[in-house]
Order: sequence, then structure tokens, then C-alpha cells
Amino acid sequence: MGSSHGRSRTRALRHGAAGHRLGTLSGVTELAIDVRDLHKSYGDVHAVRGISFSVRRGEVFGLLGPNGAGKTTTVEILEGFRRRTSGEVSVLGHDPARRDPSFQARVGIVLQSAGFYRHVTVREAVEHFASAYPKPRDPDETIDLVGLTGKRDARVRQLSGGQQRRLDLALALIGDPELVFLDEPTTGFDPAARRTAWEVVRTLRDLGKTVLLTTHYLDEANALSDRVAIVKDGRIVAEGPPAELQGSGRYTVSYDVGGRRVVHETDDPTDLLYRLTSDAIARGERLEGLTVTRPTLEDVYLELTE
Amino acid sequence: MSTAALLWRQYRFERRLFWRNPSAAFFNFLLPLLMLVLIASVFASEPDELDVLIPGIAGMSIMATTFTSLSFNLVWLREEGVLRRIRSTPLPLPAYFGGMLLHAVTNALLQVTLVIVIGNVFYDVPWPRDWLALAVFAALGIACFAALGVAFAHAIPNVDSAPAYTNAVFLPLIFISGVFYSSDSLPAVLRAIAEALPLKHVIDGLAGAIVDGAGVADHLTALAVICGWLVAGAVVAVRYFRWE
Repeated sequence: MGSSHGRSRTRALRHGAAGHRLGTLSGVTELAIDVRDLHKSYGDVHAVRGISFSVRRGEVFGLLGPNGAGKTTTVEILEGFRRRTSGEVSVLGHDPARRDPSFQARVGIVLQSAGFYRHVTVREAVEHFASAYPKPRDPDETIDLVGLTGKRDARVRQLSGGQQRRLDLALALIGDPELVFLDEPTTGFDPAARRTAWEVVRTLRDLGKTVLLTTHYLDEANALSDRVAIVKDGRIVAEGPPAELQGSGRYTVSYDVGGRRVVHETDDPTDLLYRLTSDAIARGERLEGLTVTRPTLEDVYLELTE
Repeated sequence: MSTAALLWRQYRFERRLFWRNPSAAFFNFLLPLLMLVLIASVFASEPDELDVLIPGIAGMSIMATTFTSLSFNLVWLREEGVLRRIRSTPLPLPAYFGGMLLHAVTNALLQVTLVIVIGNVFYDVPWPRDWLALAVFAALGIACFAALGVAFAHAIPNVDSAPAYTNAVFLPLIFISGVFYSSDSLPAVLRAIAEALPLKHVIDGLAGAIVDGAGVADHLTALAVICGWLVAGAVVAVRYFRWE
């Protein structure tokens, strides 16, 4: 994957910079999103300070970080809602700042909080939005997909909070997008609604969609993402699959000697354990209370963001 | 679908939703007619008063269905995030806003028609004498107040304060602009304020068309004031538009 990945990245970048005509060619590359050295300032506030990452097609990518880290600003630039201060951005081969209708037709955006006309029914809403897209999904099938079949003829104001989020999702999916943006999809949710939202993200993955999600919940990033970037103060401080991020920390080996706890940190627990245990056996001792611990994603996150 | 077809679709969507929200339909539509019927019933024996009231209520209806309703709705759509949602789709913006504006224009035209028909059928007010002047002042009044409504929405901070903001403009304006009584009887200061604002001129133009038979040529000042506000409103509406 390595070298072809690198090649397609440069190709997507070049086309992103060269504009729309070439941009459509890069639509066949495997990168859905490519961001290079992105900066965004609001007056004196430097919200995004040189973020770079790329998301492959079909991947679920999580931007994880505390509130105010620059996640939402980054996503809104990729969605075309905000203009960047500097840097290169290619989303499905387009520069989102151009707000090209053909770009909007290929992405689905689930907004953090978006209301809707309260007196419209679920089916009317989905059908109405379908007409704006060149190749929409079937409205009824989309309503089934998000689990609102029984609420098809209910008006929006009669829906529960969780059902309204499902409608949000149906409206984001009705254009049959290749890429779906989910900005803090579960913030403020109760556990049941949260579980529903997770199911939906997994459904998107099964449909082969690329998903970019932001969250400040570790378990959410861990459970849903193929890869995670941890964002702090407008920068990415770590990036990789959740399991690898956990593995990147040092192991802790500890045991008791004469009532005192001895703690070693190591990158190579196999070698350390061999030396410790063979020394102990040679002396005829036991290593009482021996433990080997690996940092959790939470440990890595807290270490990086605090 | 073409932009024109999408505009038409958006328009039909807005029409359908309008009648489903009883309170909006009442305040935008039935309240001006109710006021017409109540006041006209009191003054039914005095044709002079009816000659003021019919064009006055027609002008007020134009302002209620365009200025008040558009500014209130836009604030709601903005604060609820509906505008942001629309912007996240490939729906062309001319189709979306065109459909919304056409919906307001329809309400205004329906209202003016109803006011004139009610005046004629129930209160023996003659049919309009100058149809061209009626069309010109109705069209310009609608365009002017629609532009000002969109522009005014930018000044309203949130949904909760929207009724206070719109009424703070609407209510004083209808009292000084000659909706219920001739504005000639007002103190000079209030009359000067009314002269500077568009509603009085829309009503004067409509009165000329409906009652006096005075054509467009007799109301050139009115025409100039309305067009001035129309241009200013349109510039502010577009220049300072906020999505969220």
C-alpha cells in the first residue's frame, strides 16, 4: 500500500490545486480527504495551526480531542462552510471552498445541531431533499435504513430527539454520498441514543461510505474509527489505528521486593521480563505481585492532551 | 432538475407547510382581514373612512405578509439551523430563496385581492379605477417590503426577540402611515417620519389607484421613496446575509 498510497496523495494534491477540471480525475484515487498544513485564524485566535492528514476511501476516520481543539473548525473547512487561512485541502478531488454543487452532491453532512420545518412529515422531508440531488437514493428505502419506517407519516415536531437525529442522517444520506461528515454525533446523548448513533456509523461503514467523525469521547473514537487523529490546540499530536496508539506507549513492569514496589518502564517487555525473572530464579526468589500493564487509549490521550 | 423546477418545488413545499401551521397562517393572513372587517363594520356608514381604510389595510397586508413574515421566518430558519442544512445540500440558492420569496409574494397578492373584493362586495367600495397604478404600487410595495424584511432579519439577534423587533417597527408604522385614518391629521413630526418611510407612499399609491383614479404619474415622489427603500433593502439583504 505504501508507495501507491504516496503517489495517489501527490496526485490528488496537485489536482486539488489545479482546480476543478483536473479535480474530477482525482475522484478515482483512493484518498477521499487530503489535508496539508491547514491553518485557520479568527482575528488573533489561531484555531488550526498546521493540520495534515488523509483519509482513504471506505475508511472511518476519527478526529479526537477536547472541546476547542480545532476539530469542528477543521471539519467545517472540509465541508465548505468555512474558508481556510492557508494550506491545501482536497475532498473527493474538490476544493470545498469553491462550494461546487457537484461537490455538495457527493458529500453528506450531519450537522451538530440543525432543526427542521416542524410541520413536515418524515417522508415529505426526505422526498423534498431528494429532488436537490442528481442521483438520490430511494426515499422509502433510506427511511428504512435509518430505522424510521414506523414514523414515515409522523411530523417532525412529533419525533423524539433520537428520531430527529435519525432524520438528520436520512437527509444526509438521501443524495447517496460517497463521504459522510459526522460532527460530534453523540454529544449530549443518553446512552441508548448514543448506541443507536454508533449502529448508524457502522451501517455507513458497511455501505462502503467514507466517514469523517469528530468526537471528544475516547470510547467512541475507539469503537468506531479505523484510524484516529488526536487534536490538541489546533495541531495533530498523534495519529494511527486506536490499537497502535495504545501500543505506542511504554509498558510498565512492577513487582514487590521486601514490601517495596519496584517499577520499570520499557519499550520491550519481553526482554526485560526475561532478565528480571531469570535473575530472580538464579537467586531463588519469587517476584511477588508481578504485573505488566500496557497504556490504555485513555492514558495516551490524557498524556498528550493535558 | 433545473433551477426553475426546483424553485417551483420549493414554492409548493412552502405553500403546503404554511397552511399546516395555524398560528402563522392566522397572524399573517386572517388578522389583517379580521381588522378590515371589524373596523369597516364600525365605519360602514361613512364612505370617506372606507376610502382610507381599504387602501390602508391593503398596504398593511403587504407589509405583514412580506416584511414581518419574512424577517421572522428567516430568523427562525437561521437560528434553528435550517439555512445551514439547506446550504449543505446541492440545492441552488436561487431556487431556495426564490421559492421562499414567491411564497411571500403569493400571500401578499392574495391579501390585496381579498381586501379589494371584501371592500367591494360587503362595503360597496367601487372597483379600482386605475388597474395599472394598482399593479405598479402593489408590485413595488411587495418588492420593497420583502427586501426590507430580509435585511431586517440580519438585525434580529434570536428567535425569542423576533416578535418584539418586528412589532416595534410594524405597529408604530401602521399608526403613522394612514392605515386606519388619514395621516394628514398627524402632528408634523410624525408626518415627516411617515413621509420618509415607505408604507405611507405604498398606501398613497394604492389609494390613488383604488379610490381617486390618480395614476402612477401623480405619485412620482411616492415612487421614488419606495424605490429608494427597495434598493437600500436589497443591498443590505444581500451584503449582510448571515447563514447562522
